[in-house]
Formats: sequence, C-alpha cells, structure tokens
Amino acid sequence: MTDLLIRGGSVIDDAGERRAEVLVRGRDIIAVADAIDAPADTRVLDAGGCVVAPGLVDLHTHLREPGGEIAETIETGTRAAALGGYTAVVAMPNTEPALDHPSVVRDVLALGRTALAEVAVAAAITVGRRGEKLVPMAELAALGVRLFTDDGRGVQDAAVLRRALEYASDLSVVLAEHCEDEALAADGQMHEGAWSSRLGLPGQPAVAEEAMLARDLALVRLTGSPMHFLHLSSAGSVDLVRRAKAGGLPVTAEVTPHHLCLTDASVAGYDPVFKVNPPLREQADVDAVRAGLIEGVIDAIATDHAPHAAETKEKPFDLAPSGMIGLETALALSHTLLTTGPPRWPLRDLFGALSGRPARIAGLDCAAGGRHGGPIEAGSAANLVVFDPSCEWSVQPDLLASRSRNTPFRGMSLQGRVRHTVLEGETVVVDGEAQR
Amino acid sequence: MTSPSFTATAEGPARQANGSAGAGVTGAPDPTVSADSAGVRHLVSIADLSRDSMLDILDLAEAFKEVAERPIPKVPALRGKTVATLFFEPSTRTRLSFETAAKRLSADVMTFNASTSSLEKGESLRDTIETIDAMGVDVMVVRHKSSGVPDRVREWTRASVVNGGDGQHEHPTQALLDCYTIREARAERSPADPPEDLSGLRVGIVGDVRHSRVARSDVLAFTALGAEVVLVGPRTLLPPSLASWPAKATADFDDVLPTLDVVYLLRIQNERAEGALLPSLEEYHERFGLTRERARRLSPETLVMHPGPMNRGVEIAPEAADLPASLITRQVRNGVLVRMAVLFHLLGAGATAGWDERDDAAGGTDESAGDRTPEGAGE
Repeated sequence: MTDLLIRGGSVIDDAGERRAEVLVRGRDIIAVADAIDAPADTRVLDAGGCVVAPGLVDLHTHLREPGGEIAETIETGTRAAALGGYTAVVAMPNTEPALDHPSVVRDVLALGRTALAEVAVAAAITVGRRGEKLVPMAELAALGVRLFTDDGRGVQDAAVLRRALEYASDLSVVLAEHCEDEALAADGQMHEGAWSSRLGLPGQPAVAEEAMLARDLALVRLTGSPMHFLHLSSAGSVDLVRRAKAGGLPVTAEVTPHHLCLTDASVAGYDPVFKVNPPLREQADVDAVRAGLIEGVIDAIATDHAPHAAETKEKPFDLAPSGMIGLETALALSHTLLTTGPPRWPLRDLFGALSGRPARIAGLDCAAGGRHGGPIEAGSAANLVVFDPSCEWSVQPDLLASRSRNTPFRGMSLQGRVRHTVLEGETVVVDGEAQR
Repeated sequence: MTSPSFTATAEGPARQANGSAGAGVTGAPDPTVSADSAGVRHLVSIADLSRDSMLDILDLAEAFKEVAERPIPKVPALRGKTVATLFFEPSTRTRLSFETAAKRLSADVMTFNASTSSLEKGESLRDTIETIDAMGVDVMVVRHKSSGVPDRVREWTRASVVNGGDGQHEHPTQALLDCYTIREARAERSPADPPEDLSGLRVGIVGDVRHSRVARSDVLAFTALGAEVVLVGPRTLLPPSLASWPAKATADFDDVLPTLDVVYLLRIQNERAEGALLPSLEEYHERFGLTRERARRLSPETLVMHPGPMNRGVEIAPEAADLPASLITRQVRNGVLVRMAVLFHLLGAGATAGWDERDDAAGGTDESAGDRTPEGAGE
C-alpha cells in the first residue's frame, strides 16, 4: 500500500488549528508538517480549502442489526457514518435480540470489522432491556464493551440502577442512561406544552426526563460510579448537569443535532418524521441545550441516528415509531448552527464535541488504548475527516446512504460538507463518494 | 412539506391556514378557506376557515333548512360528485349525518368500512387513501382515532378532505353545527333582529376538555364568531397548557354558572375515573355535572348543549337534558344541514348546479310526497 498525503488543508485537533500536510502510512500518521517531501508514488488527497480533523465519533447510533435490517444494517449504517465524517460509532443495544449477551455482541463486533467505520458496542445494562436482571458485565467488558445502556428506555427501578452502578464500579466501564420516567411520560407522543395541547396529542413532560436525571445523579453521588447521559433535551436537564458537575460528580452528557435546532412546533403537520424520543421541545429548551453545549456542561454532540422504514413513518403520528436519522447531516448541521452564525463557535470546539470528547467518553481515545479523537501527529491512528466548511448543499433524503429516509432536515440548506474520510489509513470516502 | 426553520416560532401554535402546517410556520388565516397549492379546499381544522367563510356556511345551512322540509328533500347541487366516507373509527351518527347530507345534494356516496377493509389485511393508511383516490372521489370525509390523520390524508389525495373527527384534535363540522344551533336559537328569541354571529355570548365548555376534539374545534369556532369561552373542569381534564387557547379556565362551575349564556357539556368517558384523572364519576357529577340543583339555578335563557352521546347522571342530570332550553336534539338535526353546507362550500366552485334547483331527476318535483326514490348514489 502506497503512502497517502493529505495536502492543502488546515489541521485541527485539541491542540488547535495550523496549516499542515499529513502523511499516512498503513494505518498510522507518520508525519505532520508544513510541507512534506513525499516519494513520487505517494497518493495525494487534495484538502485545499478544507479542514483536516480527527474522524468523528458517534456515541449514539442505532445500526438496527440484528433484527431491524429493513431499516438499516451495519454495512449501510457505517457507510452513512463514513459519508458523515465518522470513523467510529457506538452501536446501541436495542436490537432484536438486544445486545445483552456476549454471543450477540461478538457477532456485531465481527460484522463491524469489515464495516466503513469502527463499530463499538454499547451493551444493555439489563437482560432484554427489561430493567430487572443485570447482563454479564464483566464478560462483556472483556470483549471491549465500555458503555452500557438500556437506551430506548431508562432503568425504571432505582434499586436496579444502584446495583448496576455498584457492580460496574471496578470494571472501568460507564453506564449511560436514557432518562425517561415511564410513569410520567405515560403515552406521550410529543413534548407536553402549548403545541401538544393544541394538536390533541398526549404530551410527555420535560419533567419525565428531569426526574429520572435527578434520581440518577443522586445515585452517582451515592455510588461514585461515573455515568453518561444520553440526548438531554430540556433546560431543566442542563441545569441539573451543570450543578452536578460543579459538585464534582463524574458525569458527562450529550445532545443531538435535532435538539439543538428543532422545536415542538415542527409537529404541527403531524408528520411522524418529527416524532423522536426525547421529543422536540420548546425554543427555551433549544436555547438552553445550545448554551449548555457551548459552556461545556454538555460534552458531546451525538446523533441518536434512528432509522425507520418509510412505511412505519407513514402511520398516524401516535402509532409511528420515534426516531430520526442523523449520521450524514450531523457535522454539516452542527457547523451551520454553531460556527457560521452566533455563537461563532471555533471549529476546534465543534470537532472537540464531535470527536475528541465523545472518543474519551466511549473509551476509544488513545489514552484508553483506542484510535480515535486525535491528536493529529506522527504516531497517531490515521482516522481522519477532511471537511470543506464553505460547501453549501441541500439535504435530499433520496441521496442519503442510510437505508432509511427519515430525516427531518429534508430540503434544508447546510453549510459545510465532508469531502474525504480516512479510516485506518483507507480512503473510505473520496470527494463525497463512498469507496465501498 | 415545509422545511423546518432553525428557529421555530416563539409565538406558539398558530396554525397555517393553507394546509401546509409544518415546522415553525405561522401565518395569518387565509381570508377565505383553506385551499392547498392545487386549489383543492379542505376542512381539517376550524382554523382553516375565516370568520366570513364560517358565516357563509351557516347561511348556506339556513338555506338548506327549506330543502329539508320539501317532500323530496333533495337538490342536484353535487350531482356527479362522489363523497367517500372513510371512518376508521366506528361512528354511526356522524357517518349517517354526512351520508345523508351528501345524498340530499345528489352526490354519490362511497362508504369505506375500516373493519372489513384491506387495512385489516395490513395495508397502510397511505396505500388505502391512494387506492380510493385512484377511483376518483371529490371529497373524503375522514374519521380516525389518531389525531392528525386528516392532515396527512390531504397530502396523499387530490380530493377535498373533511375532518369527521380525529383523535383528540378537532371535529370541525360539530363545531359549525354548534354555532349554527346557537345562532338559530338566538334568532328565534329575537326574530326582529336575528344575530349574525355569537358576539356578546359567554359560553362555558364543561368537562373533559383535554381529551375532546369537540372542545378544540368549539373554542376556535365560538371565539372566531365573537363569543367569550370559559373552560370548566378539574386540572386533570384541562389541557396541560392553555397558552395558545383563546379561553380562560376555572374549576369553579358554580362561580361561573350564573354568567353563562350557553352551558356546553362534554361527554365523560367512564374510563376517566379508572386512572388518576378523577376519583369517581360521582364526585365529578357533584363538582362539574349539570345537576338538578344547578339546572334550577339556570336562567330560562341559558342554552344547554351536549355533543352526544350523553352520559345521563354523570355530566348531566337526567332531567336537565330535557329542559326547554336544551338544544341537544336540535344539534343532531342541524348536523345534516351544516354538513350539506360544508360539502357545498368545499365543492361549490366546481359544482355543476345550484343548490336552489329542485331535483327533477330524482323522481318528481311535486306531490309524490314520501316517494323518496333511491338515488343510484352509494348503492
């Protein structure tokens, strides 16, 4: 395999931004310098006008395999990921069967080895995600599982979560929670508020999320075990995490791109493409989660990429499943929202929230023996994204690589596009085209 | 589908009048009636109608009253048009009301019965709608237990869509017939100066507003026509947020009762007392029912209404439903007139004949009283 030279771009990682060329040999970066004198047979990847950053890491991807292959597979989902600039995704365990047993986890990891992005697994906390009996955590941790979650549900029984946190405490793993008190959420189909009242749809109040989050924070304080909070969506949740972090609790949190921009007003036409869990909330919540991200209370942007077959999203709103796809739009959307206008977030922070910090939360960073999230320097893994921040494009669901089409951003004009993605030295995306 | 905007409206729910209600859209109500980009008119929400359109419909209904009194209560206004009733939720009364209205306008009627349909075989709602659309229908009257289905249906058909009641969202023809009934009752009291709208009236809507599609449509319709609306019920049965509602709320029925010109009682479903919404139907009756005692305190002028079917002994004492000022049976009769008016209003521009013609083709113009020749329609 010949060397690969990424030329003409501006390198960004946690260390900052500088103009540099990046030389890749095999699976690793072997040089980063102003100008690299490469042999004649070196393959050159043009990065003119682009940013070269560590490949993105998604903490929250529903790959649907096994059991939901009509909506997505590991192959199609990681192709979408690669096109979106991701080099690693954490596969959520709410498959059928659930990722609650070493045999299933081993299968998913095996399929992931030939995929277009590294596939890490978040295993369930409880068997069948039923919230009752713990999965064999140590055995799963030995397979490389670093995150455990019953995502799609929170662990309803506080005593079960307490035991899970205690049991996990000596395994170097992190429990992640989808915060939703099911009794309070009841049959809520959207955010409870002015719009749900107007539309005649049962609402799910923000307090259903906040009540469980508050309970979980109390359990973190009790047990000392770390926790990660998935897709926080309300102003009250941001406040709770802010106070918890100020009090020194070992917690991290993520927000989705859709909760950074869409509100419950989107549901006005009853199109289930806007149905998601947690639901789209109010403008004050959107403002609060954005502010929380910029402030650092929220650590990472995660997609909650949740593919659903078209026919299921053509059901009446209350019967349609929750979820939106996001792998192919997350970077461009976040870039459009956060860096092109106020707050004019620096690109370094944007990539930190999409790569460096999620890599650390998932245990995929180099300090943990992983190969993602930077830095971009000689000796690091060649997991990179080349992003053109000036390219404008419009989201066309039919052109997406995901097997599903349920993006709420149809027709939206975005600024910035992934040009190339390099996975372990392999150019899996070149000029916006997946190479396999 | 409108693209979502990055910053959705801060104004809260204000329905787009032209049928493309989507993310973050607001807009002034269409001055006439909701029509989509192809010019097809729909009635999905009361918000689809301007005040003038609502009054047009009430005036049309008034004119149809004369037709209903003819020996052959039928006009050829919608001859050649096909009205499909798609009731995905059982409702004999509303379906019959629409079908009677359509037949009196000489439209062909197509009845879709969800329980015997291909939906039972797993066909999707969209496929069902597109199949019926392909047969060529002019109006689809849609009732569904899920809120929002008529909004979706109009994206899948070229026909006009009339909401026959969707989940807990809206029931616009019920609201129109309620407006018509109130206006009619008031006109009878002041025949010299019949009111044009409902201005000056104070209407109390009592009971399970939270789960009621009738209440959502009534609030919009009554206030659009100038009435003041107060919602009466325990917090558990009121909507979680009234931020966008043009109505006040109270839990003190006795306090507002003397101020009301219209007492509109909503049906309480028995299962509401099974969870934590209500301790019991008895306690509900005591606090929010139109008890015998409250009925006695009503002024003779106060109108009593109910969308039916009534739960005597829960929201209304048996005697109260039969008070002279009770309009409950009249609401049912007026339903046919108002639905005739709605169908004519939606198809009016494309209708081939005026509603004021007599229906010669239907079997006679004159004394063949009672000889209601069955139309080819719908059979």
